[in-house]
Amino acid sequence: MAKKTYRQAINEAIASEMRRDPRVIVMGEDNAGGAGAPGEQDAWGGVLGVTKGLIGEFGAERVLDTPITESAFIGAAAGAAATGLRPVAELMFIDFMGVCFDQIFNQAAKFRYMFGGRAVTPLVIRTMYGAGFRAASQHSQSLYPIFTHIPGLKVVLPSSPYDAKGLLIQAIRDDDPVIFCEHKVLYDETGEVPDEAYTIPFGEANLTREGKDLTIVAFGRMVNFANQAADQLRRDGISATVIDPRTTSPLDSETILDCVAETGRLVVVDEASPRCSMAADISRLVAEEAFSHLKAPIRTITPPHTPVPFSPQLEDLYVPGVPRILEAARAVMQH
Amino acid sequence: MSETSGDIRAVTVPKWGLAMEEGTLTAWLAGEGETIAKGQELAEIESTKIANVLESPAAGVLRRQVAQPGQVLPVGALLGVIAPAGVPDADIDAFVAGFVVDPPDEEGAEAGLAEGEAAGARGPIAYKAANPRAEAVPAILVHGFGGDSDNFMFNIEALAADRPVYAIDLPGHGRSAKTLGSGDMAELAGAILALMDAVEAPRAHLVGHSLGAAACFEVASQAPARVASLAGVAPAGLGPTVNDAYISGFLAAERRKDVKAALQMLFADPDLVSAAMIEGVLRALRLDGAREALSAIAAATLPGGSQARSYRAMLDATPIRTLVLWGERDAILPPEQGEGLPASVRLVRIPAVGHMPHMEAAALVNEQLAAHFAAG
Repeated sequence: MAKKTYRQAINEAIASEMRRDPRVIVMGEDNAGGAGAPGEQDAWGGVLGVTKGLIGEFGAERVLDTPITESAFIGAAAGAAATGLRPVAELMFIDFMGVCFDQIFNQAAKFRYMFGGRAVTPLVIRTMYGAGFRAASQHSQSLYPIFTHIPGLKVVLPSSPYDAKGLLIQAIRDDDPVIFCEHKVLYDETGEVPDEAYTIPFGEANLTREGKDLTIVAFGRMVNFANQAADQLRRDGISATVIDPRTTSPLDSETILDCVAETGRLVVVDEASPRCSMAADISRLVAEEAFSHLKAPIRTITPPHTPVPFSPQLEDLYVPGVPRILEAARAVMQH
Repeated sequence: MSETSGDIRAVTVPKWGLAMEEGTLTAWLAGEGETIAKGQELAEIESTKIANVLESPAAGVLRRQVAQPGQVLPVGALLGVIAPAGVPDADIDAFVAGFVVDPPDEEGAEAGLAEGEAAGARGPIAYKAANPRAEAVPAILVHGFGGDSDNFMFNIEALAADRPVYAIDLPGHGRSAKTLGSGDMAELAGAILALMDAVEAPRAHLVGHSLGAAACFEVASQAPARVASLAGVAPAGLGPTVNDAYISGFLAAERRKDVKAALQMLFADPDLVSAAMIEGVLRALRLDGAREALSAIAAATLPGGSQARSYRAMLDATPIRTLVLWGERDAILPPEQGEGLPASVRLVRIPAVGHMPHMEAAALVNEQLAAHFAAG
């Protein structure tokens, strides 16, 4: 099977759904790039080239370059979804949610509920998140817990090319607003991705490693670090299960609780700021539902509660990595 | 290449399936100094996908156990050394010291396996090939309901020492087209014949597992001249009964838990079902059209939850040599269906094995199949 990058997997998902369903449109800043300006069309294809090639196949009617005004085009996308299109809007960096949050949490997220189930909002907002890209405090945050907090939104964090394609196709076919969070450091990761279309259901965790001693729950890019840590632990005779929940809303709590019941030890790895994070949320879940199974205190691994630093040395310290996971895993094993 | 040096033969971590990068040596099954036959069970290896037994690549004496149980090693790493008793210890030491792991291939790293596509009636029929340029009559391996060519990961290369071996993805399965006609046995048989045409094989040894065996029997009914021999591993097509809980459970399974419960029915030892195996099955089921295709095949071949066709009369009449292998703890197709077959059919019942003898007892199945092919 062909190996593809995370970037190609996302591009393939959008293209295959645009071919399948004429209601699917793409909109965002520089999604084509150069459209409306003199020069080559499709010069950019998105700030990191994810939507490249779409305007050539589907034309400027379905691949819309918007002005730099998230409040307007995210609002327009929510309206388009409410009236029957299936927009895939790109919020270039998740950090820009501040200027369009009302359109998302007070409008799109509420339509189904406030119209008594008679309105659907098949909107996908693709957005880049995460540190490690030397992009400084305003372009590096992991704000997915804020979306997870809002009832009515579905929140997706693909950790591999295979998951990225299947989860995005699922998101586009889903009738509810989905926040699809792409980690910008993962775009060049490669993995096996089928050429055909496929869907991964939301709320279905993946076990990327299987073990009996310890459960590690990790999100997005952190799944790769957790896998590396689990492989090292295995050499030391400690077998760890790594759970990638894939979606934070809905959350596959059942799989997490089942694994904790089996292993009795839990480490959660989350790139979001520590307060009101997924790490805090999973810890609450396990403390409440599986306390009697725990053989050691839960350990959470998150960045410190600071903005993402621009200094490369500080940014490297900020992002959770394999050594911290190993340290926490050994600590819960020795408890 | 550092696999051999004179009479000295390296025993290395095998590559079982495309995704396998490393394996854990869980146990040695032969002691240092023990005389080993080729194909004898040497060690137990566990990948993230499955645990299985490693067979000896050569005859000789197991001179060194280089790796220790519990060790995790990359594919191709040295586990042990086999050599005749007469080779001096110093030569063995030098071989171990000089052993270099071959760097893993990049694309298509499944050593020696090529992928191809045949033109089926309604779209491409995918297959894997081992040793395709060999001269002998090829063997074609046909998986069961819901499976794919990877089900033969322990068999395809072992059987390909002196003949081409092809493992098909049946219509609606694996990488083959998901568009079907009626999904009946004739359509599945047509795909096998399409593969034979594509690889220009006028005749082939047909090996089918479960539903795939019935498809092979159908080929033998339609085109007996093209069948060199038949082998059914836990074959369908010999009686009406099938475990419908498995079929319906598999078709309805959306979540890991449901898939796990279904897959555990296949094996005598439910621990063989790993998270990676479950994810592999889910990946196949998630493809657009896959569930619909499988449902159509189930509806056509197992209407009302029992097998639509029996090939007992065909087997009674056919001159084609036939081998049937059946696990005594098969929970999908009852092994009793192997009784009362004509005397010309060789039946081998395998104790302590479930519905997947080619995975659960690969060494024995490979040995039986190789002898069966050669007897012609």
